[in-house]
Amino acid sequence: MENKLIVSSSPHLRANESISKIMRDVVIALLPATLAGVYYFRMGAVKVILSAVIAAVLTEAAIQKISKKRVTINDWSAVVTGLLLAFNIPASAPWWLPAIGSIFAIFIVKQVFGGIGHNFMNPALAARAMLLASWPVQMTAWVKPGTDAVSTATPLAIVGGEASGQALPSFMDLIVGNVGGCIGETSAILLIIGGIYLVYRGVITPRIPVIYIATVAVMSFLLGGFDISYMVYQVFAGGLMLGAIYMATDYASSPVTEKGQIIFAVGCGFLTAIIRIYGGYPEGVSYSILLMNVATPLIEKYTRPRVFGEVK
Amino acid sequence: MKLLSFRGGVHPPHRKKATEKLAVIKANEPKVVYIPLQQHIGAPCEALVKVGDEVKVGQKIGEASAFVSAPIHSSVSGKVKKIAKMKTPTGEATCIVIESDGLNTVHESVLPKGDISELSGKEILEIVKEAGIVGLGGAAFPTHVKFSPPPDTNIDTIILNGAECEPYLTADHRLMLEDPESIVYGLKAMMKIVNVKKAYIGIEDNKKDAIEKMLECVKNEEGISIVALKTKYPQGAEKQLIYACTQREVPSGGLPMAVGVIVNNVGTAAAIATAIKTGMPLVERIATITGSGIKEPKNLLIKVGTLFNEIIEQCGGYNGTPGKVIMGGPMMGLAQHTDDVPAIKGTSGILVLSPEEARLPEPEQCIKCGKCVEICPAFLQPVYISAYGLKDMYDKAEEYRALDCIECGSCSFICPSKRPLLHSIRVAKREIIAKKKKSK
Ligand code: SF4
Ligand code: SF4
Repeated sequence: MENKLIVSSSPHLRANESISKIMRDVVIALLPATLAGVYYFRMGAVKVILSAVIAAVLTEAAIQKISKKRVTINDWSAVVTGLLLAFNIPASAPWWLPAIGSIFAIFIVKQVFGGIGHNFMNPALAARAMLLASWPVQMTAWVKPGTDAVSTATPLAIVGGEASGQALPSFMDLIVGNVGGCIGETSAILLIIGGIYLVYRGVITPRIPVIYIATVAVMSFLLGGFDISYMVYQVFAGGLMLGAIYMATDYASSPVTEKGQIIFAVGCGFLTAIIRIYGGYPEGVSYSILLMNVATPLIEKYTRPRVFGEVK
Repeated sequence: MKLLSFRGGVHPPHRKKATEKLAVIKANEPKVVYIPLQQHIGAPCEALVKVGDEVKVGQKIGEASAFVSAPIHSSVSGKVKKIAKMKTPTGEATCIVIESDGLNTVHESVLPKGDISELSGKEILEIVKEAGIVGLGGAAFPTHVKFSPPPDTNIDTIILNGAECEPYLTADHRLMLEDPESIVYGLKAMMKIVNVKKAYIGIEDNKKDAIEKMLECVKNEEGISIVALKTKYPQGAEKQLIYACTQREVPSGGLPMAVGVIVNNVGTAAAIATAIKTGMPLVERIATITGSGIKEPKNLLIKVGTLFNEIIEQCGGYNGTPGKVIMGGPMMGLAQHTDDVPAIKGTSGILVLSPEEARLPEPEQCIKCGKCVEICPAFLQPVYISAYGLKDMYDKAEEYRALDCIECGSCSFICPSKRPLLHSIRVAKREIIAKKKKSK
């Protein structure tokens, strides 16, 4: 029997966790908002979501095949990237737009740098930025929720004054997502429910989302002339919930230390508020997170935690 | 009662149900015992007997040759058959092989030592040393060494570890239920050695009955408090336990005595009580024999030197093919190459896992989820230490304070990518220490 015994160093017990379980949880968390997107934007949303997810998964499989690596599409991470990218695109976009975005996200941002865990930027956000720079018209062609695809402006553009003359949607519409915008960034409440699920499942800690959102709230209150309703719109409209809960918490492109995460989240919130209020552009979430992604290695370098028993 | 704890840690499944309600029973008398002359880090003992000698229970058969060492005693009466190198749970060591005559004649030297009220601290320390008492939690560090602080250290607290935070194991739990008096007696002996007035017994709150029992037992004792601890791994790790009980942080690289504390296992306290009350040195201990690979899990009182396979046989034998045989618990225990090794003083349990449970998971790429950082009870960043270690960048690993790792295994446990974090950190630690030695 001797040689049959397995000998390895401790621990001999592993938690019942895996990459695919985590990624599947993220997909589950995004499901309510996905359904809401489809409900509000009908076939347009379906087309964008399918195109983004299928392209992401196929790209991942193709690259891993070609480079003779183990194909890991069943870890669900490509699905997450595709879905998140789709959330960042308006429902009116042509089908090839999300596909190009997904190919870019998986190929350039994820696999070129070594695959899962090695992307220094959030792949979906980097792809969104690329699409926005290349096809600005298609990427901002907002439509009103419903079947008739009437064009509209996002609530943030209305509050910010970039789209004057349009009526601001009611707070209730804002919360449930009955407003113009990208597919996934409309329903704040469903995104929050998904976020609570992720915290409950231990996939993320509330640290980054809460601090990020709080920073935006405080800054827009202070800089927005102490106007509560302005602050509320800044917090619940646009991509803040999506960005703070699902994008800024991307494992590979955010710090792992507690202090690092706090700095990262405050930085995201600060930049978002500044871009929204002083920039000529109503949204600021994607660029803020991308900028902080780039700063992450530096933040980590200077936030090594105090070791137990260490006197500093 | 407010539950005390430390920061970090994980929640492995308890898996204690199989044995927590089973009273300790005496194991069958072994026919032959194999007693290693080295059972812990430090110097091996020198044999005091030769082949052919008659020995009795409690007779000293190995003399500690250095300070960080503890003498060993025969656990049976009979004849020395052989003195030879053989495999032990911790590697390889010279063993004294004794054939038992089945009579268990007690050696003349085994006599009650009196009561702690009459003995001086010095005398008690000498009894502890002579009885070969070591830490029974698993590491088996000689107890008398812990109680010999340098003259300028001020010890004010003793903590007994009854946390038993390792999954599966229930030996300490049973001891607390079945013989709390001995634990308290041993604790009082310890308090006398270093002349302290304050002591804690820390117990995880998944052992409510043990907490109650111990509370009952110390109700008239002054200075001894029972501390209910949050059930979390590694609650019983020395530094984490000290923090939970006293909020003191043992300085990095330092020993518990640096903050005035000495920590011992509850089993060690009971062994001291036995050594004082009856004079019997440490020749047997309680161990939990459990896991899905064991037919009838049990808590057994086993004699040091009994072979694992003999012990397992008494528990109904293996349940199918064993996948892994571990001495100790699943988090810090040592996987064995064979079951043909003798139980030693540090054998707190024998855990047998099925082949499926034992199969090593395929490591995947680190996804930088930060879970290992979040839970490390030493506040380290296992992900980076491990990564640098794997790239042979040991200087970097040291910069990330690899040496502060307490090897609890929580990081490997939690990692969703099943990365061998602790394993690589151990390698890095070894390299760093080797380099330090060389440059000295
Ligand atoms: S827990 Fe594993 S996957 Fe997560 S950061 Fe640590 S090593 Fe990487
Ligand atoms: S790095 Fe060391 S101390 Fe930290 S969790 Fe891993 S094994 Fe435990």
